[in-house]
Amino acid sequence: MRIAFFSDIHGNREAFDACFAHAVRQNIDQFVFLGDLVGYGADPAYIVERVADLCADGAVALMGNHDYAAAKGLTDGMNDYAKAAIEWTYNQLDPARRSFLESLLMKVEDEDRLYVHSDASAPTRWLYIGDEESAERSLQATRQRITFCGHIHIPQLYHMTPTKPAKFFAPKPGAPIPLVGQRQWLAVQGSVGQPRDKNPSAAYSILDTTKNELTYWRVPYDIEEAARKIHAAELPRILAARLFIGK
Amino acid sequence: MSKINVRIGEVIDGFTIEEKIHVGGMAIIYRASHPDIEGRVIFKVPKIVDADDATVIVGFEMEMMILPRLSGIHVPKVYAVGDYARRPYIAMEYIDGETLYPLFEKSPIPPEEVAAIGEKVATALVDLHRQKVIHHDIKPSNIMIRKTGEAVFIDFGLSRHLEMPDLLEAEFRLPMGTAPYISPEQVRQNRGDPRSDIFSLGVLLYHLATGERPFGLPQSRQALRTRLWRDPVPPRKIRPDIPPWLQEIILRCVEPNPAKRYQTAARLAFNLQHPDAVKLTERAERLKRSNLFLQLRAWLKARALPPAEPQPYSATSDPIIVVCVDLSEGFEYLAEALFTETQRVVGSVADARLACINVMKLSAVFMHEAFDSEGRNKHVQRLVELKEWARPLGLDQGKLSFHVLEAMDIAEALLDFARTSHADQILICARGRSNLRRYLGSVSSEVVARAHCTVTVVRAPEPTTST
Repeated sequence: MRIAFFSDIHGNREAFDACFAHAVRQNIDQFVFLGDLVGYGADPAYIVERVADLCADGAVALMGNHDYAAAKGLTDGMNDYAKAAIEWTYNQLDPARRSFLESLLMKVEDEDRLYVHSDASAPTRWLYIGDEESAERSLQATRQRITFCGHIHIPQLYHMTPTKPAKFFAPKPGAPIPLVGQRQWLAVQGSVGQPRDKNPSAAYSILDTTKNELTYWRVPYDIEEAARKIHAAELPRILAARLFIGK
Repeated sequence: MSKINVRIGEVIDGFTIEEKIHVGGMAIIYRASHPDIEGRVIFKVPKIVDADDATVIVGFEMEMMILPRLSGIHVPKVYAVGDYARRPYIAMEYIDGETLYPLFEKSPIPPEEVAAIGEKVATALVDLHRQKVIHHDIKPSNIMIRKTGEAVFIDFGLSRHLEMPDLLEAEFRLPMGTAPYISPEQVRQNRGDPRSDIFSLGVLLYHLATGERPFGLPQSRQALRTRLWRDPVPPRKIRPDIPPWLQEIILRCVEPNPAKRYQTAARLAFNLQHPDAVKLTERAERLKRSNLFLQLRAWLKARALPPAEPQPYSATSDPIIVVCVDLSEGFEYLAEALFTETQRVVGSVADARLACINVMKLSAVFMHEAFDSEGRNKHVQRLVELKEWARPLGLDQGKLSFHVLEAMDIAEALLDFARTSHADQILICARGRSNLRRYLGSVSSEVVARAHCTVTVVRAPEPTTST
């Protein structure tokens, strides 16, 4: 089975469409959305609708902090830009779409895999995984062999054995990595809709469960159009500017 | 816990286990067969004495990661890999041939044989490094020679794939390798430099040429560090019949600083193929080890080395560029255009090595003619002209070589030369653009169609002749 992982789409239609087309060309059996479908980008309604349709068809979608906030209209603890985007997004979504967001799950286990938006040790606290220490905390919270998460918008891969601390690896786009052996893996996804690792191309990954291989991908997309819509929606301009530099 | 015991006669995923053929330090090798595979199969399982034996487990994991990803004649073909958690194994091609190990019992062997073996192994390394893998355990028992002559690497338990997580580095705080062959980088626990394999190959060639190990058989971690500063006894001191060019090659391979070695296996293979193209330095003539003062300086330098860090390295650095020079009368304008293009390439590519080549066409009928004195004179004359063509490039001897070949099929000879010298690029002239030429087929178009590397075709307008 081939599973595509999309995380942190953040209402970016152009980035989503580009990644979706890229994935479909590679024979995907299932899509998994690791949270933050909305917030920041100008097309939240489109993204929620597409993901809801795919879920009706067997896809799995997880809850992200922006999804929760947009469903409830709650912006506690968010910075001003995120807050402005959530308030705008809330008004873009009809009750049906809001309730879809509200129905998303915090954690899903499937065979030897765990899906979660952020650190698995405390999913409702939305903690970032950005170093070996936080990766180890998350890995210790699960017995599943492979964890998939997002949230930090920087692609990373960690692996850990029962006797040794977690180790970091910087995945290279397009190079398949065998997730071998008697160890746990934590595959932190980059962001589809708002990359922050200085590479502006949209990020997603594909797991081939038969070959036991994970491949991180980067897909160029029409950033100008995504930015134009952010400006047209009168969202904070920085949300458009950062797309060009991947920050 | 996974099941690792294997019984003779047992069938595992379609493989029938037939015979135990080798028990190594890390793994047990069985001969097996499979109804869909012609001939014998090697069935390798980890040898786990105790469940916490991390070296064995992680080494086998690495091999299971890397080996299925490799292709080509210089690695065994992988048929199947067992799931580690359930039943770890690797089923692979049975190589009909011998390892280099028995040859070492016979060492020292003649210099030409050392060079021939070195060329085979360096060629195999070119292919391995191109696939982004560093072997990290180049030694006689890990290299087999096929009946057809090609070197094959076996055992990738210490290898590193530059695009995959290095499980070994994460697991151990000790240098990993085989003591006599381990590179200074490995001693310092840097597992990211392909030039480590060039060092180990240098040790292997030293041993073959002299019958002795350049750095002995160190028994402690401290003793391993000696190679960070102490130069080995020059091979020619042990065996005076070793030619200076071979000593130059061997000592360059085992330089403690990777920046002073051959930067690519392709360069090493090229020099082993073309001894006359080896630039001889002080290394070639050296007959004793460095004096106390130099030793002290090297020791202080090694002590002051910063913590090991992966060196920036690219397999595309130091390219070999084959320049096909047409010296025929009437085509001087083309030789000039080619010169301009060559200058451009040399100016834009740091550390390019040029192999300037000219092919003398032999006719089938008068083949013997080439061997008479007139033929020899012609050959020498061509070589002189070739050197004269390249002289204004102002390149130093180590970056330039000249080759005059004699062949009936010019394109074939050029392609063969480019392939065996692992060329990264070919520069060649196209004589004309006429339909007749297209119909008859030109040398340049055949080279373009069949080359394995980049080909740049140089064209120039024919000079107008005034009447």
